[in-house]
Amino acid sequence: MQEVMKKRASELLADGTVVRVLGWKNGEFAYDPTPAVFQTVESLEAFVYNDFCASNLSKYLIKFLRQEGKTLVFLKPCDSYSFNQLLTEHRVIRENVYIIGVPCDGKVAEDKLREKGAEGILGIETEGDQIKVKTLYGDLDLNKKECLGERCLSCKSHQVVVFDEMLGENGEENPDCGRFDMVEKLEAMTPEQRFEFWRGELSKCIRCNACRNICPACSCEKCVFDNPASGISQKAAADSFEENMFHIIRAFHVAGRCTDCGECSRVCPQHILLHLLNRKFIKEMNECYGEYQAGAEAGSRAPLVNFTMDDCEPSIIYTKEAGK
Amino acid sequence: MREETLIPKIGVVTDIRVDTPDVKTFRVVGLDGKKVFEHIPGQCAMLSIPGVGEGMFSITSSPTNTEFMEFSIKKCGCLTSWLHMMEVGQQITIRGPYGNGFPVESDLKGKDLLFIAGGIGLAPLRSVINYVRDKKENYGSVHIIYGSRSADDLVDYQEIIDEWMADENVKVDLTIDRPQEGWDGHVGFIPSFVEELKPDLSRTVLICGPPIMIKFTLDGLKKMGFEESQVYTTMELRMKCAIGKCGRCNIGNKYVCKDGPVFRFDQLDELPNEY
Amino acid sequence: MKKIALTKLDELFAAIAASKSLYLPVDTEKGAKYTAWTEGAKLSEATNTVRSAKDFFFPQVEDMASFKVEGKKIEVIDTRKEAEDFVVFGVRACDAKSFEILDSVYLVDPVDSYYASRREHGVVMTLACSRPTETCFCKAFGIDAAEPAGDISCWKTEDSLLLKANTEKGQALLDSLSMLEDAEDTAADAVKAATREIVEKLPLSNLSTDAFGGDKLSALFDSDKWESLSESCLACGTCTFVCPTCQCYDIRDYDTGHGVKRFRCWDSCMYSDFTLCAHGNTRTTQMQRFRQRFMHKLVYYPANNNGVFGCVGCGRCMRSCPISMNIVKVMKTLEG
Repeated sequence: MQEVMKKRASELLADGTVVRVLGWKNGEFAYDPTPAVFQTVESLEAFVYNDFCASNLSKYLIKFLRQEGKTLVFLKPCDSYSFNQLLTEHRVIRENVYIIGVPCDGKVAEDKLREKGAEGILGIETEGDQIKVKTLYGDLDLNKKECLGERCLSCKSHQVVVFDEMLGENGEENPDCGRFDMVEKLEAMTPEQRFEFWRGELSKCIRCNACRNICPACSCEKCVFDNPASGISQKAAADSFEENMFHIIRAFHVAGRCTDCGECSRVCPQHILLHLLNRKFIKEMNECYGEYQAGAEAGSRAPLVNFTMDDCEPSIIYTKEAGK
Repeated sequence: MREETLIPKIGVVTDIRVDTPDVKTFRVVGLDGKKVFEHIPGQCAMLSIPGVGEGMFSITSSPTNTEFMEFSIKKCGCLTSWLHMMEVGQQITIRGPYGNGFPVESDLKGKDLLFIAGGIGLAPLRSVINYVRDKKENYGSVHIIYGSRSADDLVDYQEIIDEWMADENVKVDLTIDRPQEGWDGHVGFIPSFVEELKPDLSRTVLICGPPIMIKFTLDGLKKMGFEESQVYTTMELRMKCAIGKCGRCNIGNKYVCKDGPVFRFDQLDELPNEY
Repeated sequence: MKKIALTKLDELFAAIAASKSLYLPVDTEKGAKYTAWTEGAKLSEATNTVRSAKDFFFPQVEDMASFKVEGKKIEVIDTRKEAEDFVVFGVRACDAKSFEILDSVYLVDPVDSYYASRREHGVVMTLACSRPTETCFCKAFGIDAAEPAGDISCWKTEDSLLLKANTEKGQALLDSLSMLEDAEDTAADAVKAATREIVEKLPLSNLSTDAFGGDKLSALFDSDKWESLSESCLACGTCTFVCPTCQCYDIRDYDTGHGVKRFRCWDSCMYSDFTLCAHGNTRTTQMQRFRQRFMHKLVYYPANNNGVFGCVGCGRCMRSCPISMNIVKVMKTLEG
């Protein structure tokens, strides 16, 4: 796939269709590619696409909104939902972007390799579902499915929903992904248990803002948490509940706009299960207003910004609590 | 526990002078009515209103003033707006002195001096000017070129007229940016005014003002034949700790709060252009 | 040198914990974490902890003072308390070196009393690495993973833990532990050699620092490579927060409702408001902020500290950066 992508990128750059290519650049090791912009055919030498190219590139397109020329971007299925959402919010201009869809059967998480004992990694080769990891302390044969990132284990869709051309075969939605299973488990807890669970998760937060900064739905030019006049200092918890507030407010802010790409949990250096907050909102909205998938369609109106006559009454919240 | 410079002392505001529409000069003493600490001209202090924030300000008064310290502060942000709302008797917190200050006891000694200030840029220089005037036996003659947006924006105007202009060792040239009724002095920007005045090339120059004014004035001085090594300025960057630890006021490997705020231009030349 | 059988580690930890708080790396579901020792806690085998050990001396948030404000009156309340005695066990050579770097900032005049109190009351027991990993590059900064510093250095052999005191504080602790047996001074030689042999094979061990240092300021600052290096930086603070040597802080006031609390917290040069002040911002682009972080470690810090670099090669930033950009890539690109 990498070579086909490189070839198409070279062609589109060479014939002037696009002026830059947004992709991934090879790293120091087999598992650490970095999102990168390529402006010449020669620079594409360093282009890479493999099982570790997890970064969602859609958000970088905001940066090119005010720049001349068309950008070629490679979008995986989950990234394409984010792109549609940005399009809906007028943060990107469709005509300025040339999208090549790339199929995805899940990205491997470095952490998972480590959990399986891979330390001192010297090389990684993948063949189908087999991952051969060469390490200083011996070689490991791992199964890719067991090393996928958390979000890929409950992938909602293998379908690229917006593209100018598709490389390989497009996938399909995956309604039986079970992405709400964990949310249901949380719902089944007593309020005390649930509070305990979230306090445990959120108190790990170090306020690095990685979740916010990677989130394609967090596209504000200036975040309220960066505004000294907002009275909410961004850098540390002034009291013991503040980091909880940060995440709760953020979840509210992206409610209805979050496409469930899972980048927040992927990048969290403290491994907080942030995507569960968003999934709770998605599940809640699905139950109240009918199934809705942010980013499935550009221009769609999210339930929270769309009034319809048959919207449920606010009292439904109480009804639900009463277990009806 | 050991002494902690980050824990401030209390200062009491005993007098407030309205200098310009957006500059006030505050007189501060300690709870005991005496000066909170001694300083060198050009050094700064951290002032704060608890709950609002802390900020670094030049000490405007001369160390030769044995009774109190003064701070001329322009209203331009959150903390300064709060300071401007204060009334006499208000307590603030104060810690310092911080920074290197001007080399009044070494490099400046015996020299003829030229002070060039724009707007609130007079604040850090006023300390040196009055220090030099009080110890005139140690210094040569003093030439002050000061300008502001308008006549109303000249800080310390009364002191300039009453004291500086009356001092035979001091020559003062004032300018304002645009013509104004009732002003019969010079009109025009500082850089061109300095070029017109053709100051004596042997003078050591101390300059402070808005970055753009400093830039053009320095260019003019160099054209006239001044060396960068005879021109001093004082910098202002965001500071939190004031003791070279919090890591935000660096220009290259120099910390403005500790290694500065006073730099010679030949020293600044060796640093990255990030200020 | 002293020793104790690995099977008796619990006994050792219990004895230390009897008089002081003891912290050591313990495995969690997601990596090792410094945890207060309690009966049954098991020392992690991980190469290193996810977060660095700097938290013990420079916590993410700490109170500095309180103020009572009444009308025009202000009262300053010194809320500092002398730190309690504590022991950190299992610190790696890289992190031990990072304490020296923090010391060079916080223990120079004027001494930071908050930090100093913790340093004085903390005993650092280091543990030589036995399984360094591919993200380790401490050797590039002259650190020997087999000979960690600290108040007490420890080595793990097949069946015992060897302990050697390096400071008076360390000696005093060892003297108080009666279950320790004497060991030959050469007892750790074999494990040291084994560690060094692995270190030689690490892919980043020979990372060159030749292109960096205090004397290379303007050439590096003006490099045109910063633009592409920083182009995908998210401007988050992950690298700075997991870094054992990042020591920048912010000071903030918090109105508790019955007084004002002044606290300090970690800050990050990657944040847009780091240098923002009323009259403007000296670093308006992410490229400038990104450049500051690496220039600080590779140029500014060595310029002020006799050529010592501000990085210890622990590799945490390599593992944590959401976009996999890190100091190694920066060094290789700038040098290349």
